[in-house]
Amino acid sequence: MADHKRIDEATGTSTVGHEWDGIEELNTPLPRWWLWTFYATIVWAAVYVVLFPAWPMIDGATEGLLGWSSRGQLERELAVDAKRRAPIVQAIGAAELADLPARPELMQAAVQGGGAAFRVHCVQCHGAGGAGVKKLYPSLTDDDWLWGGDLPTIQDTITHGIRNPDHKQTRMSQMPAFGRDGILEPAQIADAVSYVRTISRQEKPGASSARGAAIFETNCAVCHGASGEGGRQVGAPKLTDAIWLYGGDRASLTATITQPRNGVMPRWGERLDPVTIKMLAAYVYSLGGGEKLAPPAGGTAAPDGRQADGKP
Amino acid sequence: MDTLVAKAGGWLALTLLALVMAALAVDAPFAVHMLIVALASFMALWATLMRADYQRIARGLLRMPGNEGVYDDDPIRWGVLATLFWGVAGMAAGLYIALQLAFPALNLGFEYTTFGRLRPLHTSAVIFAFGGNALIATSFYVVQRTCRARLAFPTLARFVFWGYQLFIVLAATGYLMGVTEAKEYAEPEWYVDLWLTIVWVAYLVVFAGTIVKRREPHIYVANWFYLSFILTIAMLHLVNNLSMPASLFGSKSYAAFAGVQDALTQWWYGHNAVGFFLTAGFLAMMYYFVPKQAERPVYSYRLSIIHFWSLIFLYIWAGPHHLHYTALPDWAQTLGMVFSVMLWMPSWGGMINGLMTLNGAWDKIRTDPIIRMMVMALAFYGMSTFEGPMMSIKWVNSMSHYTDWTIGHVHSGALGWNGMITFACVYYLVPRLWGRERLYSLRMVNWHFWLATVGIVFYAASMWVAGIMQGLMWREYGADGYLVYSFAESVAAMHPMYLIRAAGGAMYLAGFLIMIVNVWATLGAKVRAEKPMTETPYNAAADRPLAPVPAE
Repeated sequence: MADHKRIDEATGTSTVGHEWDGIEELNTPLPRWWLWTFYATIVWAAVYVVLFPAWPMIDGATEGLLGWSSRGQLERELAVDAKRRAPIVQAIGAAELADLPARPELMQAAVQGGGAAFRVHCVQCHGAGGAGVKKLYPSLTDDDWLWGGDLPTIQDTITHGIRNPDHKQTRMSQMPAFGRDGILEPAQIADAVSYVRTISRQEKPGASSARGAAIFETNCAVCHGASGEGGRQVGAPKLTDAIWLYGGDRASLTATITQPRNGVMPRWGERLDPVTIKMLAAYVYSLGGGEKLAPPAGGTAAPDGRQADGKP
Repeated sequence: MDTLVAKAGGWLALTLLALVMAALAVDAPFAVHMLIVALASFMALWATLMRADYQRIARGLLRMPGNEGVYDDDPIRWGVLATLFWGVAGMAAGLYIALQLAFPALNLGFEYTTFGRLRPLHTSAVIFAFGGNALIATSFYVVQRTCRARLAFPTLARFVFWGYQLFIVLAATGYLMGVTEAKEYAEPEWYVDLWLTIVWVAYLVVFAGTIVKRREPHIYVANWFYLSFILTIAMLHLVNNLSMPASLFGSKSYAAFAGVQDALTQWWYGHNAVGFFLTAGFLAMMYYFVPKQAERPVYSYRLSIIHFWSLIFLYIWAGPHHLHYTALPDWAQTLGMVFSVMLWMPSWGGMINGLMTLNGAWDKIRTDPIIRMMVMALAFYGMSTFEGPMMSIKWVNSMSHYTDWTIGHVHSGALGWNGMITFACVYYLVPRLWGRERLYSLRMVNWHFWLATVGIVFYAASMWVAGIMQGLMWREYGADGYLVYSFAESVAAMHPMYLIRAAGGAMYLAGFLIMIVNVWATLGAKVRAEKPMTETPYNAAADRPLAPVPAE
C-alpha cells in the first residue's frame, strides 16, 4: 500500500514502509554475526577451490595446489596398509597351504584374513557364520563335504568354482533329471526314495525299498557309491547321514531325483588374488569340519592331479 | 454455449483417447493408468455438463464465485482437505515401511506390499501429495491476500487442483504396480511426467497471472519464494525426466542420460527438489503465516532480500554432494561441497527472519500453540540446514553416506520443518476458510505439538545413533588389517534403533490424527468447551481484495 514508514514500538526499529494484508517489514540491518559467518564460508570456499580439484577446463579440471584426488588418496591408503601387512601376506603366500595348520602364527593370520574376505564375498550364500541356507546352499561348518574338506581341496573348489560351464578346471558333474527326462517312472522314483530313506535310517526296510535297492544300484551307485556313501570326485553327497542339502523328506527327495538342482558356485580365482584364496581356504577349513590331508600314497589321484580325500 | 460444447467435447475426446490407449496398451499397468485417466476426464466431462445445467451446484465445483469482492477460496479449501488426506496416507505408509525394516515379515510376500514399492509411495505421498497440496493451497491463499486481488484464471486454478490430484493417483498406483523410472523423487513414468508438466505450467500461469493483476505496488517476499519454487521445479522436472518411451502405448521409458551423467542430473534434481520444493516453497508459507499469527512485522527486509537471492543462487549447485566418493569427477564433488557450505548462512537467514519476527511477541510461545509449532518448525529448519552443510563435507560424508544418518537428517527436516509449518498453516487457515469463530480446540493443537515434537526427537536421535553405528561398523578394521563386520551384522545391530524410529513415527502420526479430529470438528462448527488459550484476531472486513472492479 502507500509508503508509510514508522517506528515499531516493540523493537524501536523503522519499518520499510510497505504493507501487505497487514504485514509490515522492519528495516533491521543484517545481523553482523550472520554476515561475517557468510563471508567466512565464502573465503573458505575460495581457498578450498584453489587447494583441491575444482575448476573444469576443456579436458580435465584443475588439480589443486595440494595435488589431492580421491583415487590418489585411496591408493595411498591401500599402499600404506599393504606395506604394513606385507610381511605376513608374503609369509602366507610363500608357505605351503597344507603346512599352515602346523604354523599357528600364520594360520591365525590366514583365518583372520580369510574371515574378512568371507564376510565380503561368501556370506551372501553361505551365511554370516558359514552355516549355509537350508535347501539352497551348503553349510561349511560340518564335516560333511561334497567335494572334500582338506586345505588344498577347498582351495581348489574356491579357485575354480563349481559347475562353471565356461571353465575347464571347474568342478563338474551333473546328476541326471531322472523324472523330468523320463529315465525313471514315478513309481520307480518312489521306490528309490524309499531305499534312500532306508539307508539313512529314516524308514524301515519294506517292499518298496527292496525294489528301490535295485534301482539305486543301476542308476545311482556309480556316483553316490554302492552303499550311498557318496563320491567326492563328482560332488555326490553322502546319503547315509542326517545332513541333507536339499531336504531328506519324501517330497524333497522326490523333487531332487525328478529334477536335481546341480548347484553352482562362482570361481573366485579370477576375482581374488591367490593369497586371499589361500586365506579363505584356511578360514573355511577352520570352521569346524576341516579334514587332514590324506598321505599321497593312500588316496586316489583325481583327473587334474589333486589329492582326493580318503573315504571310509 | 459454444465454449461449453468445446470444453465438453475436449473432455470427451480425452476420455475416448485414454480408452483407446488403454485398449492398445502393451503392459497392464499402462492400461490401468489409462483407465484412471479416462475415468478422471469423464468426471471432468460430467462436471462441465452439470455446471451448465445447475449453476448453483456448479459454482462450488468448477466455477468462480460471481463476486469480485471476495477472494476465490474454493480451491484452497479443497487443497487443505487434500493436504490432510494425503498426509494421513503418506505418514501411515511411512510408519508401515519403518515397521517393515524392523520386521521383514510385514512385506507379506506379496509384490505390491514390498518395501521397494511402498517406499516411493511414502516419499511421494508426503513430499508431493501432502507437501505439494499444502504449497498449492497456501500459495493461492497468500498470493491473493498479499496482492489484494482475486485469483487470475479461476477455471485454470481448479484444473491445477484436480490435475494435480490425478498426477498423485497415477504416481501412487504406478508405484504399487511397479511402474518406475527408478529416479528418486522422480519415479513416475513419462506419460505421468507429461501430465504434471501441463498441470505445472497451468499453476505458473495462475500464480503469475494473479501477481500481474495485483493491487499492491510491490511483490511480497512470500511470493518471490513461491515463484522461485514454481519456476525451478518446472526446470528440474523437465530436465531430469528427459526420456524416450519404449512404446507410446506402454509405461516403460529410457532416460536420456546414462551412467554418472544420469546420476548427476538425478541429484541435481533431487537436491533442488529439497531446495526449492521443501525449502523455498515452505519459506514462502513461513513468510506469510508467521507474521500473521504473531501479528508482528517481518524482522528484516534487508535480510529477506539477501538471503533469498543467495539461497536460490547457491542451492542449485549443491547437488553433487550426494555423489561424494563415487565415479563423479573430483572437481564436481568439490563444487557440491563448497556450495553446500556457503549455503549455511543463506539458509539460516530464513530461520532468523522467522524467529526474530517474534521480537516483541515472545510471550506467545507460552500462550499460543500455533506460534509454538511455527517456532519449533523454524528450530528444526535451522538444525537440518546446519546438519546438511556439515554432512556435505567429504570427511563427514565418508562416514555418514549410505547410512541411516541421512534418513534421520531428511526426517528432521521433513517432520520438523515441513510438517510442523504445514500443521501451523492449516490450523491458521481452517477457521478462516470455513468462517468459524475459532478452531474446535486449541488444547488439542497443544497435544499435537507435543506428540509431534517428541516423535521427531525419537526419530532423529535413533537415526543419528543408527547412522553413526552403521558408518563405524562398515569401516571397522581389526588390528590385522581386515574388516571386522559383515554387512548383515550391521543390519542386525540396527534392530533396536528401527523400533525406536517406528515408535517416534507412530507418535508423529498420532499427533496428526488428533489434528484430523480437530479440523473435522471445526468444519462441523463445533467448539470445544475448554480453558481458553490465545486466539489471533481475525478481521473479516479487511480480508477481501482491494478496490473491487468489474471483470476486465
